[in-house]
Amino acid sequence: MAVREGLLVLLGEGPRHGYDLRNEFEARTGALWRLNSGQVYTTLERLERDGLAESSPDGDDASGRRRNYRLTAAGAEELRRWLGAHARDGELPRDDLVMKILLAASGDPRLAGEVISAHRHQLLERLQEVRREQRRVAGGMAARLVADVQIVRLEADLRWLDLCEQRLRDANRGGTDRPGRRES
Amino acid sequence: MSVLSLDRVSCRFYDGRRAVAALDDVSLAVRAGELVALMGPSGSGKSTLVHAAAGLVRPASGSVCLLGTAAPPGRAATRWWADRRRAQIGFVHQRLNLVPGLSARDNVALPLELDGWTTPDARRAAADALTRSGAQDLADLHGSHLSIGQQQRVAVARAIVGGRPLVLADEPTAALDTAAAEEIVELLANLAHEGQAVVLVTHDGRLASWADRVVLLRDGRIVDEVGAGLATVAADDPGVATPDRQLS
Repeated sequence: MAVREGLLVLLGEGPRHGYDLRNEFEARTGALWRLNSGQVYTTLERLERDGLAESSPDGDDASGRRRNYRLTAAGAEELRRWLGAHARDGELPRDDLVMKILLAASGDPRLAGEVISAHRHQLLERLQEVRREQRRVAGGMAARLVADVQIVRLEADLRWLDLCEQRLRDANRGGTDRPGRRES
Repeated sequence: MSVLSLDRVSCRFYDGRRAVAALDDVSLAVRAGELVALMGPSGSGKSTLVHAAAGLVRPASGSVCLLGTAAPPGRAATRWWADRRRAQIGFVHQRLNLVPGLSARDNVALPLELDGWTTPDARRAAADALTRSGAQDLADLHGSHLSIGQQQRVAVARAIVGGRPLVLADEPTAALDTAAAEEIVELLANLAHEGQAVVLVTHDGRLASWADRVVLLRDGRIVDEVGAGLATVAADDPGVATPDRQLS
């Protein structure tokens, strides 16, 4: 996702000024993504150039410089397409944690166990931090949802560590679960 | 002072001929105002620990103290623990154990009535506990008419009713969906912050994250502890099994 799509969503709800767009974008994403006004205006210019948005001077603004932006029919169509399009996450994870565990798991089992325990400890600490922050701010819906997504993703990593540990234990206990056996 | 403290507790079960250590030299203290989560794989000793904390399993060695008083040895323990479970401990069992012929309200009021509360007082407290656990609409339904998720909320209400100093919850949200489970564990965290001592057994890191301390068990031993303001377990601490012993 880019700023462009974020602005399409907001304009899809009705006409807005650039300044409103920036504030609303930050509020709705739980301040996960902070914008500067340059980014907002550059993106709005591109949307106009591509025929996805149009603007007119704001009649209430004495200076005549403030503009009101709204979506065109092509913009509304692009918005619908983007919202329904496949999210680009979910590819094979190759993050730091995964690589560390994969590399450790294929070596000395004692070291692998220590690495898993250390990461489990860190993930639980991080989970507690996010939870404390969620309780402390008790803010709006966006802040709650941002904390929730962090919590469930950390939990997913924890579950994966539990699985890694169990599989390594089984494999070291007698070798019956070694993947190679099934192929013979 | 600790509400609950286990000092070098070991529990053994007999599996045919040989003794299996369900808890092996475990020490743990839980203070008033604290939520402690117990995590670990199946068979790691989490349930045995909360059962030992409620006198439902007697240690082979070591001692269990409630509010500074140690459980007496021998036969005197049976009576002592029964009194403690009535007056000082709320327990959410994995199997819930509601009385099928009683309404949800009477199930929740029961421990207080057994403890000598008047019926109106017990029923008032029960209504309050049912509301806090999100089960206020179930008050008049019989235990046998409740879904598992509903029974779970009622069992939680029964454990928290009357504000007993120690609440032990053995996987209290297993039958609930994600949002409902969050709600119940948030309630347990709130009870702790109101001054009760709460122990939560869970497999979910998400739920454990509500706890002030997360204690990790493996093969009947405490192998790690995660919590604010507490030093993390040092690998060379002789009192704690280090992770490298687990994979041998």
